[in-house]
Amino acid sequence: MADTLLELAGITKTYPGVIALDNVSLRVMRGEVLGLIGENGAGKSTLMKILGGVAAPSAGTIRIDGHDHAALNVNAATRAGIAFVHQELNLFENLDVAANVFIGREKLAMGPLMLVNNAAMRARVAPLLARLGADFAPDTPVEMLSIAQRQMVEIAKALSIDARVIIMDEPTSSLTLSETERLLQIIADLKASGVSVIYISHRLGEIMTCADRVVVLRDGRMVGELGRDALSHAAMIRLMIGRDLKSLYIPPRQPPQPGGCDMADIRTTAFPDRTASLSVRHGEILGLAGLVGSGRTSLARTVFGIDPLLAGEIRLDGKPVAIGNPREAIRQGIYLVPEDRKRAGLILEMPIRENVTLANLPHHARALLIDRKSEARTARAQAASLSIKAPNVETQAITLSGGNQQKVVLAKWLSMQPRVVIFDEPTRGIDVGAKTEIYALMRGLADRGVAIVMISSDMEEVIGVSDRIAVMHEGRVSGLLERDQFSEYNVMRLAIGQALEAAEGTA
Amino acid sequence: MTKELGLLLLLVVVSAITAAINPLFLSGVNLLDMANLIGLFGVFSIGEGLVIITGGIDLSVGSMFALLGVVFLDLLTEYEIAWPIALLAILVGGVVLGAIQGFLISRLKMQPFVVTLCGLLIYRGAARYYTTDSTRGFGYGDEADTLRTLAAGHVYGVPNTFIFLVLLAIVMGVLLHRSVFGRYLYAVGKNEEAARFSGIRSNAVIAGAYVLSGALAAISTVLLVFYTNSVSPSSFGNFYELYAIAAAVLGGCSLRGGEGSIFGIVLGTALLQVLQNLVNILGIPSSLNFAVMGTVILLGVLADQQLQARRKAAAAAAGAARAAAHAPALAGRGQET
Repeated sequence: MADTLLELAGITKTYPGVIALDNVSLRVMRGEVLGLIGENGAGKSTLMKILGGVAAPSAGTIRIDGHDHAALNVNAATRAGIAFVHQELNLFENLDVAANVFIGREKLAMGPLMLVNNAAMRARVAPLLARLGADFAPDTPVEMLSIAQRQMVEIAKALSIDARVIIMDEPTSSLTLSETERLLQIIADLKASGVSVIYISHRLGEIMTCADRVVVLRDGRMVGELGRDALSHAAMIRLMIGRDLKSLYIPPRQPPQPGGCDMADIRTTAFPDRTASLSVRHGEILGLAGLVGSGRTSLARTVFGIDPLLAGEIRLDGKPVAIGNPREAIRQGIYLVPEDRKRAGLILEMPIRENVTLANLPHHARALLIDRKSEARTARAQAASLSIKAPNVETQAITLSGGNQQKVVLAKWLSMQPRVVIFDEPTRGIDVGAKTEIYALMRGLADRGVAIVMISSDMEEVIGVSDRIAVMHEGRVSGLLERDQFSEYNVMRLAIGQALEAAEGTA
Repeated sequence: MTKELGLLLLLVVVSAITAAINPLFLSGVNLLDMANLIGLFGVFSIGEGLVIITGGIDLSVGSMFALLGVVFLDLLTEYEIAWPIALLAILVGGVVLGAIQGFLISRLKMQPFVVTLCGLLIYRGAARYYTTDSTRGFGYGDEADTLRTLAAGHVYGVPNTFIFLVLLAIVMGVLLHRSVFGRYLYAVGKNEEAARFSGIRSNAVIAGAYVLSGALAAISTVLLVFYTNSVSPSSFGNFYELYAIAAAVLGGCSLRGGEGSIFGIVLGTALLQVLQNLVNILGIPSSLNFAVMGTVILLGVLADQQLQARRKAAAAAAGAARAAAHAPALAGRGQET
C-alpha cells in the first residue's frame, strides 16, 4: 500500500487555444482505488489519454517504477501495465470472448501457416474469467453478452496483460444496480490482489463506496484531494463546481392537477407475459426507477409508438388514444427524450435549426416548401430560452457538448405542445452544471401542466428530482413511493422485487 | 456549395484543355451532341441520386430501360395504342417497379443492393424472354410522331432532352432542397432512427425515393428509345445504372447517405459525358473509355475527401478556439467530448 506505482508530476497539456491540463500532479499507490472526479471538460479524459500513451503532455514527467518519461506511447503504457476499460466498450461483437481478449496479439499455431490457436487462447482466458466470477465461457460470442458482462471481458483483457493500473472511465453508466455492486466487488478483489484502479465517475455514491482517495479536477487543474475519512457528497460536489450545490429538489409551484396519462395494463414485446400500469398526473415529475432491463425503456418506447403495443390501453385525460407509431404519439402531445441521444435523439450532422424543427416541419412549411426564416425564429427562441451554448443556430449538433445536445433534443419538443414528456436517462454523460439546468427545465415544464416521466438509473437523481417514484421490476410496476417514503433502501427493495417493510413510512 | 463549385471548376478546366488540343470540341455540332447525351443520362441520374441520399442504391435502372423499352415499342407498333396511353402505361410501369423495390427495402428491411441487383437480373431476363431476344424497333408507320418531336426534337438547335433536364433539375432541386419531403430524405439518410423518433414515416420516405427513381427511369426509357430508335433487349441500357451511380458520387452524393445535391448530380453527369467525348475527340483509343472515366472519378472523390478532411480540421480548431474564448471555465471541452 505504501509504495508508489506511478506518479505524474507537473503535467500540462495545451491544445491550440486551450489549456486542457495545467500543472497536474498525481500519485497512484500500489493496490489503491483512486477516484477521479470533475465536471465534463475538467480534463479527466485528457489526463487518462496521457497515461494511456495516446496523447503526449506539453510539459511535466511521468514516473513509473522510478523511471522518468516525458511521454508514453501506447506500447510503453501497456508494458508498464496500464490498461483501460473504456466508457464506450471497444469489443468486437462478432468474435468470441477469448478472441477479444487476445485481439492484436493472437496466439498462433501451425508454425509458418500462422493460424489462430483458439484452444490456447480459450485456455488462457478461462482462469481470468473464473477470477472475476464471470458466468460465461471463453468461447461465448460477445454479441450474446450484456453490457456488464462485456465490461468483465474488458477487465479480463486488462488482467491478461498483467495490468497494474486499470483505468475505468464511467464504467457503470449503463449498468444495473446489481451489476454495479458486482463491479464494485470486482474492484475490491482487484485491489486486494495488488492491482490499482483509477475510477472515473459522475456517480458520487459509487466513489464513496470504492475509493481510497479522491482527486478532483476542475478546469484542467487539480483543485483538491480527499482522503477516505474526508469523503462526503457535499465535499466532492463543492470541489467539483467550486460552490455548494443546492438540493436537487425544486418543489412544484402547485399540486398536481387532475388528469394526465394513464398507461393501463400495457403489454410490451420485452415482457409479453407481464402487464405494467402507470399513471402520471399533469404538473408532476414521476421518477421511474428500476434495474436496467426491468422494462422501463420498453414501456416508454411502447407508449411513444416505437415498439408495438401488444395489449392494454393508453388514456390521456381519461380518453383512450390509439398510438401505433411515433407520429400518432406526437400528435397527442406525448413526446420521448430517448436514452441514446446521439443515435435516436438528434441528427448530429444537421444544424441546430433543422434538429429543432424536425418533428414539426409541416408547421414551418407553406405549400410543402420549408420557410427557413420561420425555422430559424423558432430555433433561436428555443436556444435562448434553454441557453444552448452555440455561436448560432446553424451550428452542427455534433460540435456541441453533451448537455447542449440534450437541450437541442428538448428544444425540439418544447417548440411544440407537450402534454406528456418521457425522459429516458436525461442526464447520462452530462456534467453537473448542465444536469441542474435540465432538472430546472423539467420542473418548469411540469409547472406549465405537463406530465413528466423521468426514467433514471441514477439514484441521487431519482430521489432528488421526483415528486413520486414508481419502481419497475421484471416488466411490472412493483411499487409507488411518495416523497416521505423516498430512500435508496426503499427504491432498492422494490427494484429487486421485494415489498416495502410495513413500518417504513414512519422510520 | 463549395463541392459544386469545385466540380464546376474541374468541368471547365477539362473542357478548356480538350478544346485547346482539339478546337472541334467547341464546335456547335459537338456541343449539341453532348447536350443531348447529358439530358438523356441526367434524368435517371437524378433519380439514382435521390436513392443514394437515403443511403440506398438502385442497380436496376439499366434493365428497367430494356423491359419498359420493349413493352413501350410493342404497345406502339404491335398493339397500335395511342402514344399518350402508351406513355402513361410506361410511367405507371416504372412507378410500380420502383414501389415494389421500395416496399421490399423499407417494409421488409431487405438490403437495397440485393433487392435492386435482383431487379437488374429479373427485368433483363423478362425483357429477353418476352421478345425471345429479338430487337424491337419502330415500324414504317409514323407512330407517335408528336412524342418523337417532343423527345428527340430541338428548340433553336438545343436538344429537348437537355431542356427537359434543366426543367427537371429545377423542379427536383426545389423538391430536395426546399420541401419537407427533401428534408426528410436527408434526415432518413443520415440517421433513420432519429428520424423515426421525430415522427417521420421513414419507410414511406425511403419507398418514395425508389418510386421517384422508377418514374424517372420510365421517362428516360422513352427518351432513350427515341434516341436509339430500337431496343435490343440483351444490351439496351447495359451499365447505365453505373453511369448514374458514378454521376451521383462524382456530384457529391455519399454512398453512406444524407449528402448530395441536384446541381452536383447534373454536373457529375455533364463531366462524365465530357470525358466520353474527350476520348473520341482527342483520338484516344475508345477501348480506354471506361479507364479514363474510372480514373477521373477516383481522383475526384479522393481530392474531395482530402479537402473535406482539411476543412473539418480547420473547423474543429476554430471550434476549440471559440470554446476557449467564450467559455474559459470550460476549457478543454473540445478535447473531452
